[in-house]
Amino acid sequence: MADSSWIPYLLCLIPLLPLAAAGVTALSNPSHRRLASGLTIGSLSIAFILALVLFIQVVGAGSGEGGEVFRRSFNFTWFEFGASSLRLGLLLDPLNAGMLVMVSFVGLLICIFSVGYMQEDANFARFFGFLALFSFAMLGLLVANSLLLLFICWELVGLASYLLIGFWYQKPAAVAASRKAFITTRIGDLGLFLGMIWLYSESGTLLFYDGGAGLLEASTLAHLTTTLTVGGMALSTATALLLFCGAAGKSGQFPLHVWLPDAMEGPTPVSALIHAATMVAAGVFLVARAFPLFAASTDPEVISTALQVVTWVGAVTAVFAACIAVAQTDIKRILAFSTISQLGYMMLALGLGGISAGMFHLIAHAFFKALLFLGAGSVIHGCHEVQDIRQMGGLRRKMPLTFAVYAVGMMALSGFPFLFSGFWSKEEILHLAQVWPVSSLPFYLALFGAFLTAFYMTRQMIYVFFGNYRGSHSPHESPRVMTVPLMLLASGAVLLSLIATPAWAWFHHFIQGGPTHFELAAIFEGWGLMLLSIVLVGSGVGIGWWLYGRRALTVVGADALEQKVPRLYQALAQRLYIDEFYEATVIRLQRLLAQVAEVLERRVWAGAVTLVAAVCRGVSCLSRSIDRNFFNRGFDQGCTSLRGSGGRVARWQNGDIQTYLGWVGSGVVLLLIFFAWL
Amino acid sequence: MIGLPLFLILSTMLFSLGLFAVLTRRSAILLLIGVELMLAAANLNFIAFWRFGPNPAAMTGALFVLFSIAVAAAEAAVGLSLILVIYRHLRSTNPKEVNSLHG
Repeated sequence: MADSSWIPYLLCLIPLLPLAAAGVTALSNPSHRRLASGLTIGSLSIAFILALVLFIQVVGAGSGEGGEVFRRSFNFTWFEFGASSLRLGLLLDPLNAGMLVMVSFVGLLICIFSVGYMQEDANFARFFGFLALFSFAMLGLLVANSLLLLFICWELVGLASYLLIGFWYQKPAAVAASRKAFITTRIGDLGLFLGMIWLYSESGTLLFYDGGAGLLEASTLAHLTTTLTVGGMALSTATALLLFCGAAGKSGQFPLHVWLPDAMEGPTPVSALIHAATMVAAGVFLVARAFPLFAASTDPEVISTALQVVTWVGAVTAVFAACIAVAQTDIKRILAFSTISQLGYMMLALGLGGISAGMFHLIAHAFFKALLFLGAGSVIHGCHEVQDIRQMGGLRRKMPLTFAVYAVGMMALSGFPFLFSGFWSKEEILHLAQVWPVSSLPFYLALFGAFLTAFYMTRQMIYVFFGNYRGSHSPHESPRVMTVPLMLLASGAVLLSLIATPAWAWFHHFIQGGPTHFELAAIFEGWGLMLLSIVLVGSGVGIGWWLYGRRALTVVGADALEQKVPRLYQALAQRLYIDEFYEATVIRLQRLLAQVAEVLERRVWAGAVTLVAAVCRGVSCLSRSIDRNFFNRGFDQGCTSLRGSGGRVARWQNGDIQTYLGWVGSGVVLLLIFFAWL
Repeated sequence: MIGLPLFLILSTMLFSLGLFAVLTRRSAILLLIGVELMLAAANLNFIAFWRFGPNPAAMTGALFVLFSIAVAAAEAAVGLSLILVIYRHLRSTNPKEVNSLHG
């Protein structure tokens, strides 16, 4: 293997450049808008170029003899305590090489788009500082070879998302949303933290790969699978499930998905960044990274419990969120639920054992979801901050460029056949679900989700771009700085499909190792499934058109679906009352606990504190009186008597020269008498 | 025959008168005059002890007294100017009132 000593420097530089940009932005004058945006965009472009260099290196290295993938880890000791030491490390393998390129590229485009979108915002520089911090955290998370380093960056991602969702801090809804996002993901992170500690105490290392001794390597995994814990569960399963808690929180999996739709309160580029490149991808990436731990099982024939849980959660989330998306009216909220649903697909793919399918869906989704979100941002910008799709309409004539790229994104998301990346990634997931030996229900759930996706995206397209304009402002096309990133993303959404078709499953082999062949016939191997999914997508679009496209839509009045099934529509529009459920259970419990704590605080602890304070005051009063009456009085009396005697002596010196001379004279006379007598 | 004791008695009287003036007068000018009287008594003693001393031929006594008178003149000038300043300052030359250095 060629000299690879330069790799760790690049791995360091990629996250550190945006961090430096964030630091300089934080320290410089907030009125230097051009400096802030220039630094952020510049650092991300360099990071993108470096990521490309690494990617090319990984691609060039190819896979080894036995289908082993290229993997280089660079570990160092952070600190030592006693005999044990805590080690961190950097890692380069196909999984994060691809992700690095995707994150830096999508992040870069979003930053460029933000220059246009945030142009009028007073806190422009702060916004770019946060974006750079966000990119740093996500890139750091990707290059980490240690669960600890990953966790640190993971929390930084959470912090940055909190700052960005609550960016418009004068808006109470935004503040509430940022808090919700922070706290909800923290619940999941608790699981991740516990899992991490447990893994460390059992295996003594947090490094993923460490020349055979790492967490994800055979010897440790063998130890973990054979150690049993509560209920006869293998330790690897227990820790994997704990890690999955964190991943579910971050990636908005049911039931911790509630924060994601609310995160729409932030500026639209932030939504795009959270939904496409960074925040939610982190959870999926964690599962993909720790996949050997999830899959670890004593018997290779049996699918591990952890993977089954991941599969079920993913499948349920995919359908559940897609259902809710059907009945939403906020353009960004529809996309948010669609993101949750697509994340469900990714988890489903990972649970089914398809790392490459999950990761490909993640990367493809990053492109078209960033595209859709930025497209929605462009629409919102053009419609003067209106987000309700009922007040849009007919924008395809007013904003033709946005319409075109949005249509590409919509078709990629819905899985239109052949040309779009979403089709192939979804196809691979469906194929995996079909052959899953445990249950066939996830397969049907995934199919239903695909149908719903096509349906709600059609509904949104018709509401926004077709018919007549129903709003009160006059919409306009967005500036070049916003549309150019959109076009780049659109081309990415299409071109990505080239590397993952069954005919040339390059991505699959890139991630999982093994040689790649070009075989056109492979496309038609799974033709039955492909046909089925095409029919489903077609019917989704068709029903959507049949419901919404035939007659003019109105701003007020019931939705077409609402007229058919009002009860169901209402339930979906209210997001199946999940938030209300939490409000009534978890939050009420918290409130109760808080009230109990308050009563305790006021009555019990405050009483104890008051008592202690009273005792202290009594003692100090006593001390004061002793001081005053005993010590001070004695001292004062000494002083008074000294002053009195001093005064008496001083009276002799009365300033009268004649008196002095009289004394001198008497003295002389006395001396004379003395001498005479002598 | 006029002898040494007579001069000594005279000078003692002069000195006592001067001292009395210095101790009792209520004007600084008179105090200064008293001091001059005492000085004159001292000069008289000088002359008397010289004249009736072992070596009257040498002019030592007269010389000393001459010096002393010259110094007394200078001293009177300084004293008078001090009194003048005190008078300007306090509008009075009563030594009982010049007592700001009392303890």
